Amino acid sequence: MQVKTQRNDIQPKSTKDMANTRYKLQTKNINVFYGQFQAINNISLDIAPNSVTAFIGPSGCGKSTLLRLFNRMNDYIEGFRHEGKVLIDGEDIYTQDVKLEELRKKVGMVFQKPNPFPKSIFENVAYGLKIQGIKDKNFIEERVIESLKQATLYDEVKDDLNKQALALSGGQQQRLCIARALAVKPSIILMDEPTSALDPISSDKIEDLIYELKNKYTIVVVTHNMQQAGRISDHTAFLYMGKLIEFDKTKKIFTNPEKERTQNYITGRFG
Amino acid sequence: MNKQRLNRNKDKLFQGMGITATVFCMIILVIFISFVLYQGLDRLSWDFIVGLPSRFAGNAGIYTAWIGTLWVMVLTTLISFPIGVGAGIYLEEYGKKSRLNTLLEINITNLAGVPSIIYGLLGLEVFVRIMKMGNSILAGASTLSLLILPIIIVSTREAIRAVPKTIKEASLALGASRWQTIRSQILPASFGGILTGVILAISRAVGETAPLIVIGALAYVPFAPTGPLDEFTVLPIQIFNWVTRPQHEFVINAAAAIIVLLAITFMLNGIAVYLRYRWQKKIRW
Repeated sequence: MQVKTQRNDIQPKSTKDMANTRYKLQTKNINVFYGQFQAINNISLDIAPNSVTAFIGPSGCGKSTLLRLFNRMNDYIEGFRHEGKVLIDGEDIYTQDVKLEELRKKVGMVFQKPNPFPKSIFENVAYGLKIQGIKDKNFIEERVIESLKQATLYDEVKDDLNKQALALSGGQQQRLCIARALAVKPSIILMDEPTSALDPISSDKIEDLIYELKNKYTIVVVTHNMQQAGRISDHTAFLYMGKLIEFDKTKKIFTNPEKERTQNYITGRFG
Repeated sequence: MNKQRLNRNKDKLFQGMGITATVFCMIILVIFISFVLYQGLDRLSWDFIVGLPSRFAGNAGIYTAWIGTLWVMVLTTLISFPIGVGAGIYLEEYGKKSRLNTLLEINITNLAGVPSIIYGLLGLEVFVRIMKMGNSILAGASTLSLLILPIIIVSTREAIRAVPKTIKEASLALGASRWQTIRSQILPASFGGILTGVILAISRAVGETAPLIVIGALAYVPFAPTGPLDEFTVLPIQIFNWVTRPQHEFVINAAAAIIVLLAITFMLNGIAVYLRYRWQKKIRW
């Protein structure tokens, strides 16, 4: 088991420098346990700024767990325990003096199922600002409109921002959730299968949006959809049973992967 | 073919049993209510409602009793609502799965099944004697609060659990603290459910007699209470007292008082149903 672990510890680029700030997100020999179960097995990877990285792999391979390490959403899970380091801009985010609230301002998240609050469109986007104690109404309104525009939703909802968010379509709800995440000005956006609950047209819109947001944000996407990973991402990480099998440029992964298992997975021979 | 027929017959049989059970319950309720109405409706008058107690059945009113009930109701709500909802939030949102918390949970569930007279004895010792509240409304309300706290805690937890986890995650992922998430997302979304539970618990407290008799609520209180430390009586005790009298007139008084008590509890239940309806209409996940 140990030998295998070593062999699967893939580092595409030299990462001798522990606090290498060229990378936006890094994990260093990270292990994650839920009680006795090991969900992540010694993964180290580096994610460059202003890029889209896709995590692919069969269900239960640890993609979501790995993603949620970056904004510490795993902390709430019973029995969660980790070893190793997770760095954002070169700084360990699992130390005592890291404030979760501050961390999550920097690292936004979009979930699998659109999950708007049962409030108005406006209130949804303004929520992240209001919990920070911002009271300036003009500022909030500007930021809400700016975020909705960024998420390419504004034109569809501008006539009635007080409309109940749950009355929107699934695709609109998901873009609202993206706008909500953008409103607090994060530099990283984590997306956990953001289109899996949407129809193809809505998915397309989200994909276009991800492509556009790449210029300003570092985006990590978990996806079950291989074609989607191929379309939107610069780098792709293939995970299998908690291990990082291969991590490289998306083009390379999809045309000439180094590992046979990767080849089998992306050609649909298993998983 | 034969199998299908058998299944269809079983289906019909079960349907029949269900209908019979429902109708049986309804009939009992209808008989009970019409009997009470038949006996007591004539006696029910404004004088009866605002009349002070008297040893002559014809003059006796229920003013002190329903004012007492109202006092107890309000005080019980004030005591049990914050404590019960607070405990429910703690257990559901903050409490980690430790041995202590498991023990607490089992205890709370068990407490809901303890006979009310035991709570009365506890209230007598703790509130009336040790805390020296005397036979006051405060002691009664405190005792009843203990009695309904388990119900409130359990229903608060149920209501909170009904809020989708994704909403909670969305809020936390935006940088909200736990308390901000509870206050601005979880509580608003579950408040209808919490309120329904609280109201149903209160309406149970309003109908309780045994624990209040034990802590010394009196059947005869000459004047209506004016503060939480006054002696008091409540409608159920007044009713109990009247039905134990040999004279038929008092039994009629009791029937009339039952109508008032039923009206109060039905009203509370009605509010609970309305709130649940409103809440379900407003939020659909």
